[in-house]
Amino acid sequence: MKKSDVPQDKSSLETGKHKELCYAVDENGEYTTAKSSGWQPKTIALDNAIQEINDRIENAKNRVLNNETSPIEYYMELHKMDVGILASYVGLFKWQVKRHFKLKRFNKLSEKTLQKYASIFEISINQLKDIDYGN
Amino acid sequence: MEINFTHHQTAHCENGVISNLMKYKGFEISEPMVFGIGSGLIFCYIPFLKVNHAPAISYRTMPGQIFKKFAKRVGIKIKKEKFKNPQQAEARLNENLEKNNPVGLQVGVYNLVYFPDEYRFHFNAHNLIVFGKENGSYLISDPVMETVTTLTAKELEKVRFAKGAFAPKGHMYYPISFPKELNIKEAIIKGIKNTCRDMLAPVPIIGVNGIRYTAKLIRKWPKKKGVKVANHYLGQIVRMQEEIGTGGGGFRYIYAAFLQESSKILDNNKLADLSKEMTVIGDLWRDFALDASRIYKSRSRSAENDVYNNVASQLEVIADKEEVFFKKLKKAI
Repeated sequence: MKKSDVPQDKSSLETGKHKELCYAVDENGEYTTAKSSGWQPKTIALDNAIQEINDRIENAKNRVLNNETSPIEYYMELHKMDVGILASYVGLFKWQVKRHFKLKRFNKLSEKTLQKYASIFEISINQLKDIDYGN
Repeated sequence: MEINFTHHQTAHCENGVISNLMKYKGFEISEPMVFGIGSGLIFCYIPFLKVNHAPAISYRTMPGQIFKKFAKRVGIKIKKEKFKNPQQAEARLNENLEKNNPVGLQVGVYNLVYFPDEYRFHFNAHNLIVFGKENGSYLISDPVMETVTTLTAKELEKVRFAKGAFAPKGHMYYPISFPKELNIKEAIIKGIKNTCRDMLAPVPIIGVNGIRYTAKLIRKWPKKKGVKVANHYLGQIVRMQEEIGTGGGGFRYIYAAFLQESSKILDNNKLADLSKEMTVIGDLWRDFALDASRIYKSRSRSAENDVYNNVASQLEVIADKEEVFFKKLKKAI
C-alpha cells in the first residue's frame, strides 16, 4: 500500500475520533507509518457485527417478554457475552448457566446467585428479575 | 508519581508495549522489528473456538508469544507475574511505579472506558503500559491510542481481572535485565526462520495450508450455513485481518517493513526485494477484504454462490503466493 492510498473513509461517530496506525510505502519506496481514520470494508463489517448483536438483544428481549427464557439471557446478550464468557464470570459451568435461562429454575434461584448475576451486569436484583423495572 | 515516559502510537498493542518499553530503556527498537524478531506473523484457523459467534481466525501468533520470543532472541530477561487476588495485583503495580519502573499489563477490552464503544468486545489479550499514578488515577500508555490516557484504580482492576478466554488474571510484565548490546542480527535470522517454519507448517489449519482451508470453508458456508451466517463469518475474517491493529493487510505490511529494515541491518539486498513482494501480497489481502465487503455490504439473503467462490479463489491465490514467498525467504537468509 502506498502512503497516499492509506484510506481516510468516514467511520461512525465514536470510532471516527480514533485514528489508527497503518504501515505504507512512501514515494521513495521506504516504509513509513500513516494514520487512517477508517476504511469502508471494515466499517461495514463492524456495523454489521453491531447490527447482529442488536438483533440478538432484541430477540432475547422478546423471548423474555414471552416467558420463553429468563432475563439472564437478555442481559448476557446486552453485555455482548456468550454462555462461555458469562459462565466464567459467575464461576459456574456452561450447562449450569444454560439451566438458569429456564424460567422454572430462574424463579427458584437463591438471592446469593441472583446477586452474583446482578453484580456482573451492574444492576439491582429487581432489574435482573424484571427487564422493564424502573422504565 | 510520574515516570518520564514517552508514548509512541503503534498499530498493534503487544508490539507497541515492547517497543515502547525498550525505547524507555534506551534501545531504539521499532514496532516492525519487535514483530519480526518475535515471529508474530501467522495465519491460523482456530477450530472449536467461536469469537462473537463466528469462527476464530488469527493473523498473528498467540498472545504473549511475540514478547517471549523477542526477549529470548535479543537476550533480555522478562519478569512476569499473575495474581489471584486483585489487591495484591494492585500493590505489586504500585511497588513498581514507586521504583520508577513502567510495566506492561494484559487486559480485557470490554471494560476499557477510553475505547470507542463499538470496539469494546470481550477480548482479553490487549496490552498497555502503566507509567504512573496521579490523584488516584493510573497513567496509561495504550499503544494503539494516539495519546496517553488514565484509568481509575477500580477501572484498571476490572480490565486486569476480566474473565473468559485468555483471562489476564492481573498479568503484569516488565524487562529486568539487558545485555550490553542487543543480539539484533542473530535475532532477526532466528525470527525469520521461525516464521517461515510456521507459514509452511505441514498442518492443515496453520500457515498457507490454513489459508487454503479457510478458502474451502468459505465455498461451503452459503449452502451449509445460509447467506446471513456466511456473510457474518466473512465480516469476521475481514475484521480480524484489518481491525485489531494489524497495520493493514493482516500484518503483512508490518512484516514487509520489518524485512526492509532487516535488509539494511544485515546488508542483504534479497530481503529488500522480498519486502517489496510482501507489500504486493499485502495489497492482495486488501483486495480480498474489499471484495468480501461487497458481499456482506448488501446483507441480502440471496447472494449468488459465485461471489463466495470468487473470494475463496482470491485466498487460494494468496496462499500460493505466500508459499512461494516463504520458501524464497527461507533461502535468502
